[in-house]
Amino acid sequence: MWRWLHPYAKPETVYHLLGRWLPWATAGAVLILGIGLVWGLLFAPADYQQGDSYRIIFIHVPSAMFSMSIYVSLAIAAFIGRVWQLKMADWALAAIAPVGAVFTFIALFTGAVWGKPMWGTWWEWDARLTSQLILLFLYIGVLALYYAFSDNRTGAKAAGILAMVGVINIPIIRYSVEWWNTLHQGATLTVFERPPMANSMLFPLLTCILGFAFLAAALIMQRMRTEILRQELRRPWVKQVFGRPAATGERS
Amino acid sequence: MAMNPRRKKRLTWTLGLIAGVAVAFSVILYALSQNIDLFYTPSEVIEGKGKDAVKPEVGQRLRIGGMVVEDSVRRNPETLEVEFRVTDIGPEVKILYTGILPDLFREGQGIVAQGVMIEPTVMQATEVLAKHDEEYMPPELAEQMKGIKHVNPNTSGAYDEQGGDQ
Repeated sequence: MWRWLHPYAKPETVYHLLGRWLPWATAGAVLILGIGLVWGLLFAPADYQQGDSYRIIFIHVPSAMFSMSIYVSLAIAAFIGRVWQLKMADWALAAIAPVGAVFTFIALFTGAVWGKPMWGTWWEWDARLTSQLILLFLYIGVLALYYAFSDNRTGAKAAGILAMVGVINIPIIRYSVEWWNTLHQGATLTVFERPPMANSMLFPLLTCILGFAFLAAALIMQRMRTEILRQELRRPWVKQVFGRPAATGERS
Repeated sequence: MAMNPRRKKRLTWTLGLIAGVAVAFSVILYALSQNIDLFYTPSEVIEGKGKDAVKPEVGQRLRIGGMVVEDSVRRNPETLEVEFRVTDIGPEVKILYTGILPDLFREGQGIVAQGVMIEPTVMQATEVLAKHDEEYMPPELAEQMKGIKHVNPNTSGAYDEQGGDQ
């Protein structure tokens, strides 16, 4: 396995590999998310109780789902970075964390906007909402630690430890609505059960989820490429890529 | 896969850290589990909560969450005063409230009311929030499956019943 993986531990290879994948991920995101959103927002039927207000689910649920799965990938990157000390796993922290933070913020924001007309409140300190807010703080903490040290490796180490420890929050978010009495309703989508949602709403939702997956992948790939360039600024291969002295190139 | 000793040490250390923090958090959450609940259910108000059967006292501020009992909503036509009963699996608690109820408030709907207990089974609420479930479906299907008539929160007469909004 190591022999097969080894070439991919070179920043230059990863930079070019991501460069080849990036257009596909971007195209997939634009196309699938476009279809999903138009389908969900314009063509899916209104809900019997909530009318058109429920349509915010087509943004709320995908962003909330990926705010958690992106965190898991962040923790895995941190784990690899810590145990195997691969520098690119460290750099991945900087690539992944901002995307997850934005997804978390979107989930919180759309949740508040949805909560006001339906529940009657923007915010309630219930277990689901509070644990999701903690997730946002974890992302921000990871980012702050990453950039807090003049030595990049020390920053990545500190950020990685927080990222790994914070993964405990993920099952808490996931099961908060089952373990405790909450204002937030139960999960819409679960792996093993048929969702309690009409198919005419479920299919556009699944399309949006797939679209958000491509969007997250595209954003993370782009950020990873930028981070690789930032770290490798003075290497000859970067100068070759841009065909000029790298120091005047990307940083500015 | 043979691991070099330093890597093995780092692996042990990392897993130990995660396991340690996980245990610490589980213990804390377990100890606090009753405090993390957003609300009391009506049965917990009447029969007591947890293994010590702690009952709320008169004058205590708390939240109660349950289903609005069918045909229990009484409105004062002159003011915004409303009273209704909530239940979960049997016991009922009466809620008094003055103000505008959320759009989703209706009989049979889950709600969370925050306020002060003025009698052992009566709460004067300062805020009433509506809960909804995760069963999203179009009106025709709801009518077919649940026998629920469509109430469009944007246009229905629900506002008139509730004393107007905006």
